[in-house]
This record gives sequence, C-alpha cells and structure tokens, in this order.
Amino acid sequence: MIRILVPSGMLGAGFPPETIDRGLALGADVIAVDGGSTDSGPYYLGSGTAKTSAAAVARDLRLLLRASAGAGIPLIVGSCGTSGTDSGVDWVAAIADTILREEDLALRVARIYSEQTAADLKERLGEGRVHPLAPMEALDAATLDACTHIVGMMGHEPIEAALSAGADVVLAGRATDTAVAAAYPLMKGMPPGPTWHASKIIECGGQCTTNPRAGGVLATIDHDGFVIEPLDPAAACTTTSVAAHMLYETVNPFEMREPAGTLVVTDAVYTALDDRRVRVEGSRFEVADQYTVKLEGARVTGYETMSFTAIRDPHILARIDDWLALMHEILAARVRQTLDLGPGDYAVDLRPYGYNAVLSDLDPASGPPREVGVMLLVNAPDQATATAIAKIANPLMLHLPTPDMDYLPSLAFATSPAETERGATYEFVLNHVVDVDDPTALFRVEIEGAPR
Amino acid sequence: MSSRPTLGELALEVRSKNAGPFWVTMELFMRTAEDYTTVADEHFINEQVVGGLYGVDPATVQIFRIPALNVVKISFPRPVAQGSLRDRDIHAGQHHVPLASLVPP
Repeated sequence: MIRILVPSGMLGAGFPPETIDRGLALGADVIAVDGGSTDSGPYYLGSGTAKTSAAAVARDLRLLLRASAGAGIPLIVGSCGTSGTDSGVDWVAAIADTILREEDLALRVARIYSEQTAADLKERLGEGRVHPLAPMEALDAATLDACTHIVGMMGHEPIEAALSAGADVVLAGRATDTAVAAAYPLMKGMPPGPTWHASKIIECGGQCTTNPRAGGVLATIDHDGFVIEPLDPAAACTTTSVAAHMLYETVNPFEMREPAGTLVVTDAVYTALDDRRVRVEGSRFEVADQYTVKLEGARVTGYETMSFTAIRDPHILARIDDWLALMHEILAARVRQTLDLGPGDYAVDLRPYGYNAVLSDLDPASGPPREVGVMLLVNAPDQATATAIAKIANPLMLHLPTPDMDYLPSLAFATSPAETERGATYEFVLNHVVDVDDPTALFRVEIEGAPR
Repeated sequence: MSSRPTLGELALEVRSKNAGPFWVTMELFMRTAEDYTTVADEHFINEQVVGGLYGVDPATVQIFRIPALNVVKISFPRPVAQGSLRDRDIHAGQHHVPLASLVPP
C-alpha cells in the first residue's frame, strides 16, 4: 500500500499548512506536486520563464521540504518553472537550495532536464520516429529549428531512476501531470491501472473534492484499487466528484495516453467508503507496442503592442460595428501612408470588450452594450513597428466618430501612455511524439547534496 | 422568444476548458437522469449542431455521453491557436456560452 500526498494543483498556488500535517499523520509515503502546465499559453515555454512568482514557489517549497525531511519521505515536483525548460528546473532548484541551507536540511536533490535540441530531433525525424498527434500534421525540420524551446514530456521512468539513485527531492522538467504522482507507487510495485488512474484524479489537488479551495488530497493505492480522501476534514470526495475529474481538461474521459501505454477507465467502479472517501477499482493500463515521448515547442510569432480605450457615448455604442469597421479602414490607410506597410506586413486585432470581444461571431446575445472597452493589439515582425502602428492608431482611439457623426468625440483612454509594449509573442507548434526504445533516453538526471 | 429554460438554466454546470493547447472540451452536468436523457438525445446535440454552434468541421467533433454522471462531454480541435493574436480566451473557459444558450425541446 502506498499513500501519495498532493498538496495542491500547482507549486506556488498555495495550500494551508494543515494539509501537510494531516497528510503526514495519515501516513503519506511520498509528496508529489505539479509545477507547471501549458494551460496559460505558449509564452512560458517560448520564453523559458515561470508563471508563478519566486516568493510563492519558495513559500510552498519550504513547507514541502520541511515535511520531506521531517517524515523522511521523497518529494517530487514535475514540470518545474511552468513549462519544464532547463531554466525552469534550475530556477526551482536555486529556490530549493536557498531553503535547504536556511533550514539546514540535508536532502539530496535530483534535477531532471527535459529540454531537447532541434538537431537531435531532426535526426529522429529523418529516421521516421516522430509522428503527429491530431489535429496536427507531419512535422518538418524547419519547425524544429524555429522553436525557442522544445521539451519532451517524461513518464515515470526518469523520476524513478532519480529516486533509485538516492534522491530525496526530485525536481523534474516537463513531465506528464500523472507521472509525478505515479513514479513512487510504480517503483514500489503497485499495479499500473490503479496507479495511473489515482494519479490523474489527484493531479489538481483538491479539484476532485467538493471544496477545491480547501487544500490537498491523499490517494492510497493497493493491489486492487485506490482510495481518495481530502486532507481538509471538512471537505469530501464523492463518487461524482472523483469520477468527474476524468473529464477535466481531457479530450476523452475514458482513455488517457501516457508514454508507456493507455489508462482505460471504462470499467472503473466508484464506491463511497463513507461520506468523504471514495474507493475505485477496475482501472486498467494497456501497455503500448511503442513507447512514445510527447514534444512541446514554441516559436516567436512577432512582437505586440497593446492600446486600450473605452466608449460610453450611447450614440457610438448603438453603432459599434460601424465604428469598429471604420477604425480598421482608417488605421490601415494611415499605416500605408506613414509606414508604407500593407496588410501582409502586420496584423491587428480590435477587441470590443463589453460587446462581443470574447466570443465574436459565436456570441448568442445581441443588443447595444452600456460601455465598451476597446483593446487594440498590433502584431508586427519587430517591436518598433508594432508600437509605431499602435501610435498611429492613438488619435483614432481618442477621436474616431461613427460615419454619421459630424463632430469628433473624445473617448476614454484607460492609461497614459495608452500603448503598452508586450514584447515577443509565441505559439505552440509541436503536438508530436517521438518513438524511443529507452524511456530515459531523452532526459538527463543530475544529483547533488549529501546522502541522508 | 421561448420561455422554456436554456441548458445553462437547466444544468448544474456548463463549462469549457482547454484540453491541451490544441483542443477545447466542454461538459454539460445535468441535475437529473431525465434531463440527461434529453441532452444525450442525438437528435438534440450531435456533431452537426456543435459544428454549427462553434464554426468547426462536424467530422472533428467528439461527443461522449456518460449516463453514470448525467454528463454530455464535447471535444473538438481549437479553432484559434492558443495564445495567438486572435485568441481572446486563452483557457477557452468562456466558450461554453453558445452551448449553454441552447433550448432543449
């Protein structure tokens, strides 16, 4: 029997200290927490920077390192620094190192690097070992070259290798959300079906409970199934809250592909043990013929400058579509006059927040809004051009009338200056897998610190 | 104008979210088995209806009907690349609204 403590859905998101005390009192064998996600967009991978603040990561990590040292159980952090780049691993490792010295804790820390080079992947691509996942198409070498960062998503094997080599703390680069929790129980011989299923249920901490904000969860895995319970005594897991977590951020709620195979939960049976614990049996793991590592990569798409104004005049709001069309038309003409740039040289997105900015043509509602915030986003091949275009738009964002008005209104800029430079922008360009013979081949483990 | 309730009014929750950078997924959590039966009816919600609501190819739409949870789950490739200039919903967390506005028969 192996008990996994997951304090929260992300390192740096915060959790009550009691969640750790309670998990240790219940006999936790390992602490696992995810450090990242692609959910906030391609910027973090593209730039190799973290979404979380160092202070928030340090606060969580201090409690987790103390718990790991105090209870003598391993701590595993996955997808360090949001995207799991090498810089993200080193960033979390530096924070951990400071805490270990401040707290005088003797823990061996392993760093697992998951960043890939275009050169190595091009070789594998040439050997026919890189394949697209839907909805992407076959990869070309130029796409690999264009990426600022590429990471491979590790399974449990590199984490297990680090633990076997004596690590107390594993700071992993990009890993599947589930591998972080699955590594220790699999290493201890727990069956893959219940282990992967439990790991998916607990990956977001309290999300699988009736009160997602209350703290972490504990999964107890045995040879026939697993039990999930919240670490806040006031929160509960119900058969519905546990089963429903297979729906969360998944395309298919019945099957989930991991590097080594597929978790199948079609026949899983969820049983309430009492009013706050749920037991799950019948989860299966089908080993794939080919072990695959999924790639993530991001490239620069340009540089953006943002401007923001607001409209409250009911006359303009009643004709907001006409106003937006006129803005596009006049801006394009002014950009051609002053910068000699055509529509193919830059891109503009004009977003009428308060009208239909979020859903555009898909929006089922209609009717004039009370006020509208107009965000102008300009994307150009360099920052100076993006800002020049946004500045050309400035008098229009201030004074543009609707076509039927014979005077110039003055609109409500939100800030001075109106323009904000957003720097480089990125897009995810990889949704492909690499066939590998050795699950650890694409990952590098480095261990330092005194053995306990 | 219909006075009958929308899915958003009938359901316990209608939600949408990214499923990775290239897919969006949404779920209708119905309160009762009876309401589930209504929304699980393939004549009411099907790939063509979803394709029309979201401007996507019906052939790319996947629908999962889960009676044990009173849930209908819908997934399709994200029409706009996540985080790109034209992406106005980075987490795709507000894209349940067109689905929630449907009025069941």
